[in-house]
Amino acid sequence: MSHADGSGYSPNGDAFPEESRLTRDTAIRGPARPAPYIGAGILLAAAILLPLMPQLYSFDAPRLAGMPFFYWYQLLWVPISAILTGTAYWLVTREDRRRRAEVRAGGPPRAGTASADTGLGGDRP
Amino acid sequence: MNGREINWTALVIVVLLFVVVAIMGFLAARWRRSSEVEGLHSLDEWGLGGRGFGTWITWFLLGGDLYTAYTFVAVPAAMWATGAVSGFFAVPYTIVLYPIIFIIMSRLWSVSHRHGYVTSADFVGGRYGSRWLSLAVAVTGIVATMPYIALQLVGIKAVLTVLGLGSSGNVFLTDLPLILAFVVLAAYTYTSGLRAPAMIAVVKDLLIYLAVIVAVIYLPIKFGGWDTIFSSAQTKLGTVNQATGKPAGVFIPGAANYSAYWSLALGSAMALFMYPHSVTAVLASKARNTIRRNAAILPLYSLMLGFLALLGFVAIKAGTKPIDLDGSVNPQLVVPQLFLDHFPAWFAGIALAAIAIGALVPAAIMSIAAANMFTRNIYRDFIRPDVDPRTEAKVSKIVSLVVKVGALVFVIAMDQSAAINMQLLGGIWILQTFPAVVAGLYTRWFDRWALLIGWAVGIVFGTISAYNVINPVTKAHFGGSVAPIPGTEFSVYIAVSAFALNLVVAAVLTLVLRALKVRTGKDLTRPTDYEADETDPKVVQIEKTQHFTQPGGPSPVA
Repeated sequence: MSHADGSGYSPNGDAFPEESRLTRDTAIRGPARPAPYIGAGILLAAAILLPLMPQLYSFDAPRLAGMPFFYWYQLLWVPISAILTGTAYWLVTREDRRRRAEVRAGGPPRAGTASADTGLGGDRP
Repeated sequence: MNGREINWTALVIVVLLFVVVAIMGFLAARWRRSSEVEGLHSLDEWGLGGRGFGTWITWFLLGGDLYTAYTFVAVPAAMWATGAVSGFFAVPYTIVLYPIIFIIMSRLWSVSHRHGYVTSADFVGGRYGSRWLSLAVAVTGIVATMPYIALQLVGIKAVLTVLGLGSSGNVFLTDLPLILAFVVLAAYTYTSGLRAPAMIAVVKDLLIYLAVIVAVIYLPIKFGGWDTIFSSAQTKLGTVNQATGKPAGVFIPGAANYSAYWSLALGSAMALFMYPHSVTAVLASKARNTIRRNAAILPLYSLMLGFLALLGFVAIKAGTKPIDLDGSVNPQLVVPQLFLDHFPAWFAGIALAAIAIGALVPAAIMSIAAANMFTRNIYRDFIRPDVDPRTEAKVSKIVSLVVKVGALVFVIAMDQSAAINMQLLGGIWILQTFPAVVAGLYTRWFDRWALLIGWAVGIVFGTISAYNVINPVTKAHFGGSVAPIPGTEFSVYIAVSAFALNLVVAAVLTLVLRALKVRTGKDLTRPTDYEADETDPKVVQIEKTQHFTQPGGPSPVA
């Protein structure tokens, strides 16, 4: 293999150093709670599947300001989809933040392991 | 015959805005550069804009990247000519697009951040330990991107034609403005890299929003409301075509069209983020969540696209006559002509400039993305494995020029329909890289050779099926992108049926190869790589500390 970007390295996965050093396999998030992911999954599945079912909306009536149902319904789905995706974002990132905080609070201190521009353990913007 | 007068006011506005944008393109080289980085001497700097774009810049960049000039020209053209199935499917397409990228793209961002991947083929190579699979992804990406760039030129050409530039008599003079525009584009892409389109995208998108919002409010009032617009569209699309004996188009899809409608939307949505230029814009963002936030705010563009599509119906009511230089009807001129006919020349100039600039942004990103793929996955993997970042940037810059010249020759030398056919095929081909890239983000279950063979089968099947679609009027091959699944009456987007075949072949062969105990490649990624965010260190950085704690370091066998 030829990966000149430094990815051609694999640590001895079974031999973790005794000290709390950061390795490739150090967990960066705590265990997941399923509920937020299931919730987000349902929202996203709805946002993908419902607009792909023309049998639900391929009608002329009722018209809205002269626009057939087929057209205004699909345009209406644009903001609905944005709201569903936005809610999924809120669910997933909130859980994500909790999982990271869990590791950073209980885990080894991680500063000083990387270059100066990588602010570790801080809040994300 | 030259049946068009030059519209000077509109032309001057277009040229002025073009010059402004070109200056911005060159200035962008100095934009958002960190003080310690000297020049754009790595792919991260030149090809990914320093990997530091935040939510709003990414929003403009992706909006400018995905909603191209060709989209602005072709979607209303399809609505005008054949109606809802081939035109309005763009709306559900861009609706389901964002939940899909919400799910998959943050994982691609994370693993690319950890490993410094610049292209999706980089990821595939690292994940499967197979430079051949990586090559397949890269070649597909480059080949599918070339005609896409050519179509951006078709968009500019539509604008130049309605402005009255060019005549069918003198081929060189007709194409001169196009060549000029492209030379300028090539020059600032070369010097500024991805920063140029990122900066220009802001201007382009604001102009497009302005043009569409004004048109969507003003034109329906002028033509007596949406009611009359839709009824004249219904009449036109329902008229029986003499040549085929079928209605000219579809006003509201009937049950027979359902499968074509949803499969076009789904297949296009899945394919879009397999294109190198989409991945480039995602990897240029600075955080794992940037793309997810964008999935929630990018739909604003879809709303704009939906109304733009409806302008195709407005043009039916307005009686717009899209006559090309040679006197034939060219639906792609519908929207530029509509603006020129019904707005003051200065506003038409702004709208036309928005379309023309709308071609420059994606063309720049596409050429950068294709160049990055060539540099990383062909030049580095097969020609010079020890290439340093500086040379990578140099190679990429030159290849970006080659790619653009290729696209220009494509449009000038060949028939425009050749570019459109190639773009149709490109969409089918690019979707065949989906199993390798997206399945790889979640599992190493698939075998690399099974994926490669599945890819090949999908491409061959898709190409043959597309060739066999005959245009009912002209009797030409590549007459459309929808065909019945072999042995059934069920018409779907060819990319989707090829993708299904691809997936089945890959799955079955994986089981066979596993039973035969064929060696699997080395996976350079770890589960944690897929959830890393911007505060987590890169692999190189972790490696450094490891070298520090273990004298001699681990053996660099890979």
